[in-house]
Amino acid sequence: MHQFTIEPLFGSAHWNIAGYNIAFTNSALWMAIATVALLIFVAGGSKRQLVPGRWQMAVETFTGFIDGMLAANVGPNGKKYVPYIFSLFMFILFANVLGLLPIGVLGLHAFTFTSHFSATGVLAIMSFSIVLVVGFAKHKLHFFSLFVPHGTPALMVVPIFFVELVSFLVRPFSLGLRLFVAMMAGHVLLEVLSSFVIDSGNANIGLFAIAGLPSFVLMVGICALELLVAAIQAYVFALLTCVYLNDAENLH
Amino acid sequence: MPQIEQLAATYSSQIFWVLIFFGFIFFVIGRGMVPKIMDTVAQRDKQIADDLLAAERARKQADAEEESWRVRENANRAQAQTLIAEARAKAASETEQRLAAAQGSIDGKIADAEAAIAAARQAAGAEIETVAADAARDIIGRVAGLSLDEGLVRAAVKENLVHG
Repeated sequence: MHQFTIEPLFGSAHWNIAGYNIAFTNSALWMAIATVALLIFVAGGSKRQLVPGRWQMAVETFTGFIDGMLAANVGPNGKKYVPYIFSLFMFILFANVLGLLPIGVLGLHAFTFTSHFSATGVLAIMSFSIVLVVGFAKHKLHFFSLFVPHGTPALMVVPIFFVELVSFLVRPFSLGLRLFVAMMAGHVLLEVLSSFVIDSGNANIGLFAIAGLPSFVLMVGICALELLVAAIQAYVFALLTCVYLNDAENLH
Repeated sequence: MPQIEQLAATYSSQIFWVLIFFGFIFFVIGRGMVPKIMDTVAQRDKQIADDLLAAERARKQADAEEESWRVRENANRAQAQTLIAEARAKAASETEQRLAAAQGSIDGKIADAEAAIAAARQAAGAEIETVAADAARDIIGRVAGLSLDEGLVRAAVKENLVHG
């Protein structure tokens, strides 16, 4: 579990604003690394050539992907959310993938800040707040009709309203927790398997052959799976935000 | 689980730095760079669409030009055909006339020649008659010692010549 520990860096442990600690931690460092990597990636694709190079093509693929996702889920009104969804998706994607980098072999410690719900929760609450703000700004109190689906019998309106309200209010939690749990579970799984490999190797050769080696083979597969999960969780976060924005933009 | 154990100590720093870095990404990358990239893509798509449209228009124009060329060509060909037919008819009639004229002159010559031959034959026949009558009278005079009338001898000779 040490890999999830947050430690202040550069003697910043006592930085604070209005009594709140804002230490520059290893978590913040990896946010900075993800930000810089994303900045380099997008800047490299901003040459604005009519005939794109590979890099520009890669960046345009991502913007086109986000644009298509918003067009499919929200419709023409979704165009204005491209900067937000792009930032969200790329920030989470870079964080997830950078956290998987095997830089442990260089003696460094990769840190996945998306495995902390204190970080994912901020992103989830931000998405949820945007949905609320857009929903109430656009539909005023009609936004509450979101909680009463079409064709609900009059008798069921009140119970359904509360059921839908709860499912709506659960969204920020499910959004933030899903990402945190998926990232943490993957890292814990890899850690457990790698401890099998090392501990069985230290015990004796026979145990290594029956437990360590299969675990190692399994780890290779799970590493590939984790790369997939890193992308899928970023996609799910962005996609669900799109779906929620659709509710806010178009009601039903 | 450090996420929960350290929550009280680190939540403010986590929230602060996420907001700082996500804010930077949103305002600098999301708002600053992404619209330009999408603009480039839209511009490219528009250019491609325009080029396709221009190509389509050029193709249509080429088709129309080909069509008009075909019409013109067909008209020209038809005109050429009529010219050829006219020339052929004219040549044929001229040839016919010339042939007819030649035939006429040939026919005239043949008729003249036949007439000349007939005249010559008649003259020759008359001469033979005269010579035969003279000879017959001579022979009769010498052999029979008769002096016959010339007209009588000639009539007899003529009868013999005609009836052979």
